Amino acid sequence: DLCTHIHTDNPHSETFTELCLLDVLAASQNNSNSGWETKAVEFFQDQLKERDTHTLVPSLNDVPLHYLKPNSLVKFRCLIQDMFDPEFYMGVYETVDPSTKTKMLRCGKYKDVTECGVDFNSRNTVTAERQTFYCVPIPGENPWVKEISSSCLTEARVVPSTSYAPSRQKRSYEEDDDMDTQPQKQREPHAGMKIPSEHHGNGDCKRQETEAPSSQTASASHLDLNFPLPGEKGPSCLVKVYEDWDRFKLNDTLEVYGILSVSPALSALADEKDASSSLLDPAESMETAEEQRVHSPPASLVPRLHMLHAKPLPHNNPLLPSAALEDNSAFLSSTLSEMASVREEILSYFTHVLLGDALAAEYLILHLISNVYSRRDVLPLGKFTLNLSGCPTVASYTERFYQIIQQLVPSSHYLAMSLQNMNQMRLVPKKDYVANRLVSGALQLARNTSLFLDETQLEQGQLDTTGVRNVTALGNLISWQKVDYDFNYHQMEFPCNINVLIASEGRSLLPSDCQIHLQPQVAPSHLEESLSSIHMHPQASSQLNKFRIYLSMARLLDYSISDEVTKSVEDDFVDMRKDDPQSISAEDLHRMLVVARLLSLSLGQTSLSRDSWLRAKHIEMLRRSRMEQHKCVNGNEP
Amino acid sequence: MSCFDQPPILHVQPNEVDMSSPLMYGTPSSRVEGTPRSGVRGTPARQRPDLGSVRKAPQVDLHSDTDGAVASEPNAGQRLVIWGTDVNVGTCKEKFQRFLQRFTDPNSTEDENAGLDLNEPLYMQKLEEISVVGDPVLNVNCRHVQSFDAELYRQLICYPQEVIPTFDMAVNELFFERFPDSILEYQIQVRPYNALKTRNMRSLNPEDIDQLITISGMVIRTSQLIPEMQEGFFQCQVCAYSTRVEVDRGRIAEPAVCRNCNNTHSLALVHNRSVFSDKQMIKVQESPEDMPAGQTPHTTVVYAHNDLVDKVQPGDRVNITGIYRAVPMRVNPRQNNVKSVYKTHIDAIHFRKTDEKRLHGLDEEAEQKLFTEDRVQTLKELAAKPDVYERLSSALAPSIYEHEDIKKGILLQLFGGTRKDFSQTGRGNFRAEVNILLCGDPGTSKSQLLQYVYNLVPRGQYTSGKGSSAVGLTAYVMKDPETRQLVLQTGALVLSDNGICCIDEFDKMSDNTRSVLHEVMEQQTLSIAKAGIICQLNARTAVLAAANPVESQWNPKKTTIENIQLPHTLLSRFDLIFLMLDPQDEAYDRRLAHHLVSLYYQSEEQMEEEFLDMAVLKDYIAYARTYISPRLSEEASQALIEAYVDMRKIGSGRGMVSAYPRQLESLIRLAEAHAKVRFSEKVESIDVEEAKRLHREALKQSATDPRTGFVDISILTTGMSATARKRKEEVAQALKKLIQAKGKTPAMKYQQLLDDLRGQSETAITKELFDEALRALADEDYLTVTGKTVRLLA
Repeated sequence: DLCTHIHTDNPHSETFTELCLLDVLAASQNNSNSGWETKAVEFFQDQLKERDTHTLVPSLNDVPLHYLKPNSLVKFRCLIQDMFDPEFYMGVYETVDPSTKTKMLRCGKYKDVTECGVDFNSRNTVTAERQTFYCVPIPGENPWVKEISSSCLTEARVVPSTSYAPSRQKRSYEEDDDMDTQPQKQREPHAGMKIPSEHHGNGDCKRQETEAPSSQTASASHLDLNFPLPGEKGPSCLVKVYEDWDRFKLNDTLEVYGILSVSPALSALADEKDASSSLLDPAESMETAEEQRVHSPPASLVPRLHMLHAKPLPHNNPLLPSAALEDNSAFLSSTLSEMASVREEILSYFTHVLLGDALAAEYLILHLISNVYSRRDVLPLGKFTLNLSGCPTVASYTERFYQIIQQLVPSSHYLAMSLQNMNQMRLVPKKDYVANRLVSGALQLARNTSLFLDETQLEQGQLDTTGVRNVTALGNLISWQKVDYDFNYHQMEFPCNINVLIASEGRSLLPSDCQIHLQPQVAPSHLEESLSSIHMHPQASSQLNKFRIYLSMARLLDYSISDEVTKSVEDDFVDMRKDDPQSISAEDLHRMLVVARLLSLSLGQTSLSRDSWLRAKHIEMLRRSRMEQHKCVNGNEP
Repeated sequence: MSCFDQPPILHVQPNEVDMSSPLMYGTPSSRVEGTPRSGVRGTPARQRPDLGSVRKAPQVDLHSDTDGAVASEPNAGQRLVIWGTDVNVGTCKEKFQRFLQRFTDPNSTEDENAGLDLNEPLYMQKLEEISVVGDPVLNVNCRHVQSFDAELYRQLICYPQEVIPTFDMAVNELFFERFPDSILEYQIQVRPYNALKTRNMRSLNPEDIDQLITISGMVIRTSQLIPEMQEGFFQCQVCAYSTRVEVDRGRIAEPAVCRNCNNTHSLALVHNRSVFSDKQMIKVQESPEDMPAGQTPHTTVVYAHNDLVDKVQPGDRVNITGIYRAVPMRVNPRQNNVKSVYKTHIDAIHFRKTDEKRLHGLDEEAEQKLFTEDRVQTLKELAAKPDVYERLSSALAPSIYEHEDIKKGILLQLFGGTRKDFSQTGRGNFRAEVNILLCGDPGTSKSQLLQYVYNLVPRGQYTSGKGSSAVGLTAYVMKDPETRQLVLQTGALVLSDNGICCIDEFDKMSDNTRSVLHEVMEQQTLSIAKAGIICQLNARTAVLAAANPVESQWNPKKTTIENIQLPHTLLSRFDLIFLMLDPQDEAYDRRLAHHLVSLYYQSEEQMEEEFLDMAVLKDYIAYARTYISPRLSEEASQALIEAYVDMRKIGSGRGMVSAYPRQLESLIRLAEAHAKVRFSEKVESIDVEEAKRLHREALKQSATDPRTGFVDISILTTGMSATARKRKEEVAQALKKLIQAKGKTPAMKYQQLLDDLRGQSETAITKELFDEALRALADEDYLTVTGKTVRLLA
């Protein structure tokens, strides 16, 4: 059928995945301590390092689960959402053939289920330890990322037309995402091709028709896959880690290469436990049904992935080479030289989007490439939360603005700060001790995710306890780049690296590193017209891709300040203070240094030049004078 | 019941095996219903489900060729060991008896040993206690066993299941030999604790299975009580013959054939004659302190048996000693392949609550942090350096620039004074914690300093005045959704007992919330009367608060009180009040700029070199807090007295009181804290000097009367400077005169009166001043003010 189809179509891919697997399987049969295992794993890792080999491995992100062959090598681009307790398993065990009584040693590594006839009293049993991570697809990953990464894959292996990746289905995922973020009337023109009846649970339907057992679909409906963001789709996975699990941290983004295990026996075990009474074994009845469900969900829904190799992802932009930048000097130098010109283009594009406000566009670029690059004790360095005040409240401007950003950054999330949302949403992850898992919240995001807070949605009214807590959490996120996860008896602090952009009418009630008041050059009456022209702009995909590469690249560059420039910055500061001590505080200098850093990086310069410093000072001055001006106009502004 | 579907297991009658074997210990048939209820044989043994089923383990002769042969004669010689182990029952018993009889711990500091003669064998005294009290549990500290006999200790750790019953037997023999007449409910059980094997849940690994371990953690869930059958009582439906079957590896095998009438499947279980034991599942989570950053805490299942059930509650921090178990997933005969995963749990033998003492207030730092000798050496070397005080204060929040004195103040707060107990003399506890208030312009990194401190101390809490309610600070009563039980949930102040509570935006706090701080900041307790729960919790927390001025900028023309608008009753409870203002000076600016720029380009390694490691600082503070409690030297006392007298004198010249006993107490605390910084057990005059200096600096900042330029403590203690008070009085008098001069007018216009007064006075009369004067006169019942009219009273 299809699986074999894929493999036979491309001999290379077949040999690779099959070979590895055979290797492991064969080795596990004649288990000896000859270190076969390290050899096999090394073999994988070497293979994966080779150029493009990794594109041959099918990805759980793109290929529906039922098209993947069980016990084959797959990859999964994911975020570690929760870490379960380590588990002990039979690393080596002995089986007895019931008819012949012959004993045989077997290996339990990389497997969930044992062979028949385990001898539990065997002295040869070796108990080993492994760790389980609950992984979800990177939250808020934008449709274009999914599209590009899946198309890379399909190109590489020339999938026949009966392929598993019908573009229609892909499209519908995207629509669902859009659904949550934009009101109905705002549907984009390109979304017009969707079939109206299609977008509800489309993915599920597809799955159901191929996954026969009806009992599982029932349980699937009430199994919460614990995605951080509402309306997310995609497989979640229990990743079994065999080595150095201490090096992984919660919320790390990884590309996991491992052996897929979807043994129906796993779910059968779970079902049976539900059915049989808890009196059976007091030891097992201790685990609540809730916990059972979370920790051993049906494999058809949450497959198990036995990790062979994991690659930490510094970014999830598929347009950038996956290798570290230093190793790819050709790519680096070519992009660096282009950066200044791309910057011009993106600046004019943003100016257009921001209704002709070039200064705000400048700041928007700086914001989008900001990144917490280091922490000094509690102080995160490099964060640049932007408060874009003065956003028009007509014509769903903020939503449209978000859609533009969504097209450019790999992952993003739109959070409407309506009273209802603030009072009801779970932003902060909370430990559920009954099910023994970390219930995710909207602030459990991967590094460099763009979080778009739409404060124009906030109306007057009462915030309840949850609301206050949520607003506090957002404030903490912005000020310290950390989220205090709620463990009921205590809180635990998890550092994060999230780019927060606040769109508001007046100054935001949340703190921010930098506030800029939008000055539209477009008359309010022409707003609608001007806005629609943005979308009508058929941004050529090559142009878009250029922007996407630009924004991701700028963030990855190194940066330094030479001694001379340091000196001149100091002099500048002292001079400015001399004239008017009120004009610039330590906090202002902090911000100016960040602006200078981001400005340099946005121009592709990896060290601060005198010019960039002056330019940073200049735009800061423009921004501040605009704020003064604005204060004069509305005297009631704080 | 389906658990009886198993093929019947041949039941061995207990009397077929030698009764004196330790492995037979505790079988129900050893229960003799005879009259003399004393002596080993007379006292019933109680089953120990915490040790699992041990009785079936046979002993083997090491030299015998047939592996696994059951030796029927345990006294045959030294060669006999319990199957699978190297434990010889006789030797082990002897060794343990010797340990009980001989072990002394002259340097014991454990409070359980209070009242015992430390030079006499410790455990013999405990046995005596058992004979008096009648509680047949002997807790044995494993560290004692280790120091007495390392081999015995090793066996205890490796084979607890076999060794502990042997210990039980040994102790019972010894006990009834000593106290032949004592009557116990059941035989004494040995409960070892403090096994050194494992401290941290994270380090548990497969090698720990079936070993004795001690881990620390926090209880997060407890189950209902589960009755677990220890012995099934079966009765033949045909001939009424009855038989008992014991639990074996968690199962009870139903006898298929009646031994009396040979009918098959005629036996039925009689529930109310079966023996059950109590069992409870407890989930324990790693303590937050043990966790590496960025990981989620691990949890472990613990089973408590018999009297350990309900010993702990969710939220308790405990040290658990027990046996680590791994059980394969249940084998289902209908299914061929099984999950290859084990279930793990700990059978608890001993609980020790680590935060229990917090409620009783006996001792601080129950969970004493263990320092390696190397670490202690490093810390001591650091302490010996003459500039340790400066080093530490500059290591504090290095990203915040300068503010040296504030950092020094916070450093002293981190160390705290010496705790003194005057409860005998009726004075109650003496506050040892230093409270600090930072006020200043917004954006002067106050919050950052608070965040830093919160991250530094193990029991830190961070709240913002804006978001916190009185309930969030103190405690509230919550109904547990599962048990319907009322649970007291503690708030930030109680949680930071023995730590520091950082309160940001102190000025934004509602008056109601602030009022709870009055009690906390002086008495160090919190009284709660809610939903029928009336109690007083300890809240020995130091408060580090930050407040912004009421106007967005600090007004140098106003006093501290006027600037931050906090009640002076609360302000006087702060030992140090600092202003964080922007110094406007070129040299400072240059240094600041340099500092900030370097922050943005230096690599982290470079920064590390410049400053003390945060971890070292943490350890240094923890060590000093735990082990150093300085006392005042004669010389220091004199210096303090002088300092106090001097402070009083300053004001007396101007007819003001300038120091109160509270200030003296502050000085003492600061001096003690400074001595702690030096790891000195004695407060010397240098400590007093520094305390004086810091105190003066803080006062200079916060209590300077802007009108006179003098430092005036009454600004903080009464909310108003002496000059301001005098001025108010003068205006009031002038106003009174003015009104009297007007003759008999019962009512006057407010504005008119103000204008008249202004016209008459030489100095400017502000509206506030005028209002205050009116209020003063109203207090005298001279007049009342209603709206815009002023009415004279009688």
